[in-house]
Amino acid sequence: MDLYGFTEGIVRWLVGIISYFVDWLGFHGFAGWIESPGVIQFLTIFGEALIVFIVGFLIAITMIWQERKTLGRLMDRRGAMVVGPAGYFQNIADGLKTFLKEIIIPEKADKKGYNWAPVIIIGSSVLLIGLIPMSDRFFICDLDGGLIFIFAVFSITPFAILIGGWASNNKYSLIGGMRSAAQLISYEVPLLLSLVGVVILTGSLNLGEIVRAQQESIWFVIPQFIGFIVFLITIVAEVERIPFDLPEAEAELVEGWWTEYGGMRFGLIMLAEYIRGYAGAAVAVLLFLGGWSGPFLPPEIWFLIKVFIVFFVFIWIRGSLTRVRIDQILNIGWKRLIPLSMVNIVIAVIIKSMGWL
Amino acid sequence: MAEMWINMGPQHPMTHGLWNLRVKVDGETIVDAEPVVGYLHRGWEKLVENRMYPQIIPLSDRLCYGASMSWSHLYCLTIEELMDVEVPERAEYIRVIVLELQRIASHLMWLAAYGTDLGLLTGFVYAMRERELFLDLLQSVSGARMTYNYMRIGGVRNDLPPNFERDCLRTLDYFEKKLDEYEQIYDGSDIFLMRTQDIGYLKPADAINLGVTGPTLRGSGVKIDIRKHDPYSVYDELDWDICTHPDCDCYARYRVRMDEMRMSCHIIREAFKKMPDGPVRVKVPRNAPKRTAFARVEDPRGEGLMYVIGDGTDRPFRLKVRSPIFVTVSAVPIMLKGYKVADVPAIMGSVDMCLGETDR
Repeated sequence: MDLYGFTEGIVRWLVGIISYFVDWLGFHGFAGWIESPGVIQFLTIFGEALIVFIVGFLIAITMIWQERKTLGRLMDRRGAMVVGPAGYFQNIADGLKTFLKEIIIPEKADKKGYNWAPVIIIGSSVLLIGLIPMSDRFFICDLDGGLIFIFAVFSITPFAILIGGWASNNKYSLIGGMRSAAQLISYEVPLLLSLVGVVILTGSLNLGEIVRAQQESIWFVIPQFIGFIVFLITIVAEVERIPFDLPEAEAELVEGWWTEYGGMRFGLIMLAEYIRGYAGAAVAVLLFLGGWSGPFLPPEIWFLIKVFIVFFVFIWIRGSLTRVRIDQILNIGWKRLIPLSMVNIVIAVIIKSMGWL
Repeated sequence: MAEMWINMGPQHPMTHGLWNLRVKVDGETIVDAEPVVGYLHRGWEKLVENRMYPQIIPLSDRLCYGASMSWSHLYCLTIEELMDVEVPERAEYIRVIVLELQRIASHLMWLAAYGTDLGLLTGFVYAMRERELFLDLLQSVSGARMTYNYMRIGGVRNDLPPNFERDCLRTLDYFEKKLDEYEQIYDGSDIFLMRTQDIGYLKPADAINLGVTGPTLRGSGVKIDIRKHDPYSVYDELDWDICTHPDCDCYARYRVRMDEMRMSCHIIREAFKKMPDGPVRVKVPRNAPKRTAFARVEDPRGEGLMYVIGDGTDRPFRLKVRSPIFVTVSAVPIMLKGYKVADVPAIMGSVDMCLGETDR
């Protein structure tokens, strides 16, 4: 049973109870209306979206917790440890705190851009959750061009960052926004090129198809190792983590493009960062590490284990590297990663044309 | 993008204190820079004119929270010069030991701050962790962790505690292993080298002309160290070398400080070997004679100098402090020009700013 069937069952059961009572009260027309297939479908999709959102949200929260604990261990300290078991509820406490903060809008800021930028960011990030299948039964939609669509959504965020950085009317945030645009434009190219190899091998842009192709042969991390490395580097730049967190380089730009954002806006942007981190790790797992395939455990658990392992690599990188300078980032992107991903495409073409996979 | 001025400070993560660096940028490239200091001015030099000579020692601790031992030592040295006091030999050795411990602690704090400047929080936590050991040692000597109030005019306040030599040598052995670990984290990372090499170039001639001293000067390849060239305490009786690096960039300054930490360990070991028994303090007169005196020391950040005018009373008529960072900050525009905004923390971090002594 997939997620749709599961949710539909729950919705039918609830609608049955409600329509029974409504019918008993005498509103026969209304009872008939809410039992009609259109309403049932609408409620089912709504419930499905709610479930997927809550799961994605919980994963993002867990990732923040994982990052705190792992970074703590790397740095010879303990990380969050007071609120809840092993400090797990610390994030929720922090989230509640941001709710209580006053919303301050800078006087000279461009109100429209300033207010809409976080909305676009959190909206596009939440959309990413809905696009990622956790197994062949836990997903909202299985698009034929899912891979393209995910990266289309990924690349909405730089525009919002540029808008937010510009609208804040602050020099730091302006430079941060400009850097973000420059960085993301130069990293989209190797990022997408590194995926081309996988698409050539499977002949499909559908994430489910790609995972099934890996289940039939081998995980693509083996034939596409260069692509995997290029993808990991570029996805770290794409989700703006150290060593590529220049847009919010806190040593020189205070907090980069989100300098002027406070309260729940800041909280949402922060959450969006981790949702994007989750999406990046999930795409790495789906494309290169066999997706949800694995023995014994349910596929969703396997998927999550792999995602957390990939995210651990991100944290590990953050714990051991310094920040790169903007011109160095662009140099690495254009002069190193693009040629490498070209080599990777050639390898994929050779493998495919020889029929080895 | 047109050129614009950016205020980095007074409240900014890069500043390590309270000062303002105005940089004029063209896009990301720095065209001009202008340091503005004075936000932390406490009127120290005026304040001490109303204090008796021994009362100034705890105040001189507050000149730099990172290296308070060396500042109170400089003050005591100046007043000893003024009053013509002979310090017992054991006290001189104790001074060398605590000064070098202070130098290591100060350099470790610099290393920690440099880590966060470049986005490496792990380096920060590691360096702060080892700094704790040296603070513990200094605490066992003086009773305080940051502002020790340990130096006295004519010696030190008390003798070393029992077992101090054993603890200290043990800490040094442990610390030298940890230094290798830091070098793995910093030098072993290509990104760190990319961020520091060929950045913040300061020609030796410029450094000398602008009066830059300390590790920043030695990072430009100039072999000058007050401990060697104008020896105070017992530095001339110990066997040690000046650490320099010829590269003139941020990496060279980083290297000099790392080497100095090793050298300090070496100096402390030497001092323990040669340390005699005896008193640690002599009696000094209450009133200073009517004359002037000055002394200079090699502070962890450069050459510290104090000039005092005695007027026959028990208070100084005037006390002038020459702080190394106040002078070094004038070299900042030269170091910054032509580099990127992202290099500002790397360059300023390599100078090791301390605002307490700069603004006094």
